[in-house]
Amino acid sequence: MGRVTKAIDALGRSVLYSVEEMGRIVLLFISVLGWMFRPPLRLRLIFKQMEFVGVRSIFVVVLTGMFTGMVMALQGYHGFRMFSAEGMVGATVALGMTRELGPVLTSLMVTARAGSAMAAEIGTMKVTEQVDALYVMAANPIQYLIVPRVIAGVIMVPFLTIISDFVGIVGGYFVGVGLLNINSGIFMKNITKMVELSDIFNGLVKAACFGLILSLVGCYKGFHATGGAEGVGRATTEAVVLASITILISDYFLTALMF
Amino acid sequence: MIELIDVHKSFGKHRVLTGLNLSIEDGKTTVIIGLSGGGKSVLLKHIIGLMKPERGQVLVDGVDMTRLNDRELNEIRKKFGMLFQEAALFDSMTVGENVAFPLREHARLKEKEIREIVSDCLRAVGLSGTEKKMPSELSGGMRKRVGLARAIALRPQIVLFDEPTTGLDPVMTEAINQLIMETQEEFRLTCVVISHDLQSIFRIGHRIAMLYEGGIIAQGTPEDIRASRDPVIKQFLAGSIEGPIRIM
Repeated sequence: MGRVTKAIDALGRSVLYSVEEMGRIVLLFISVLGWMFRPPLRLRLIFKQMEFVGVRSIFVVVLTGMFTGMVMALQGYHGFRMFSAEGMVGATVALGMTRELGPVLTSLMVTARAGSAMAAEIGTMKVTEQVDALYVMAANPIQYLIVPRVIAGVIMVPFLTIISDFVGIVGGYFVGVGLLNINSGIFMKNITKMVELSDIFNGLVKAACFGLILSLVGCYKGFHATGGAEGVGRATTEAVVLASITILISDYFLTALMF
Repeated sequence: MIELIDVHKSFGKHRVLTGLNLSIEDGKTTVIIGLSGGGKSVLLKHIIGLMKPERGQVLVDGVDMTRLNDRELNEIRKKFGMLFQEAALFDSMTVGENVAFPLREHARLKEKEIREIVSDCLRAVGLSGTEKKMPSELSGGMRKRVGLARAIALRPQIVLFDEPTTGLDPVMTEAINQLIMETQEEFRLTCVVISHDLQSIFRIGHRIAMLYEGGIIAQGTPEDIRASRDPVIKQFLAGSIEGPIRIM
């Protein structure tokens, strides 16, 4: 009986902790919104973060987008060939990339690259009192550190998703038309017939939401890091895990709402 | 004038400040001494509003820091400079950018004027020409001096020092003490210094206050403290393990 009670106790604790943490992240978001519209507008910092989150993630996003499109074409080809519907490969790749894989894979890659860096950088600043130094010098750390990162996340993840969508379809074209001899005209026609502007647009809205999640979680975990190097390491790992899980779960609900 | 009145603060079950009362005079250096982990840094963070007490008042020139919102706190913090224990320099910025930071944030000066003030501040701490260096290229003592240059860049009225000489060799300790005294005199600063380096305490302090078990048990001039018959102060100054202070 004691063991069962303990297990229920532990479960309850972890549920309570998770709910509390979600609440604190939402409070941070409200605070970020409040500071976003107060002067000074820190354009230099925003551009610096946009470069870090966006420009420096292009290579990994191109690589993952390209190979995802290629493998989708390969898998799709083998499936559609059974019904002699190889021409549908292009539309499948394009729909899959724009609606789902483009935004999700891009955000997961940016989480791994930039979300972790946000947690590590802010976490290090927290444990070495640099965050306190900002407070002391009357520069609010939420405005100085978190707002530029959140803006960069919300703007740049959709841009990266556009790139991912495009190279994914190019990869699919290369495998489908180039290697598997699908008719180029049919491949392209099915894409234009099946893919609507709303598919692309909804995918980008999702990407913006994921950009918000990964930057907010990364900053939150860094901002609450304690206990030196070990604490920063823990914050970084937790940021990647929590952001990735939240992205995948919210993806389901966003999809259910949009499509 | 800084006054702490009946300040209470605890972390979980650990009561750190238990009804602390302290007055800090303008234009003087007040050193707060006490055991490691005894709440000295917590006290300092209350003075600048980085922490809020559960009960009590922290008055800076008559304004209660505990009742201010973020914007009002930011305004009053412009009166302060602070040197952190490990200097807390922004490691993504050069030395020059670090010292210029408070000026760029609050002073509305031209870039040329900022450069001149930065250069003056670095000269005052004996580090002329280090503007382009990164904090990671500096030694512990140099980092603290840059931290001091940054703390005084906006010409604050009050400067807080969190263990300014901890971890430094005797020569650098003396150099930092000298610097604190010179800066205090030159700008007529109100300095609050946390330290348990006995040599420094008596060298730089106009007034000394001893924090023990959550409250100030004695305060006075260095002579008063030296002459104190309080067994806790006597044990602390003698560095003895025999006495009323319980070693954790």
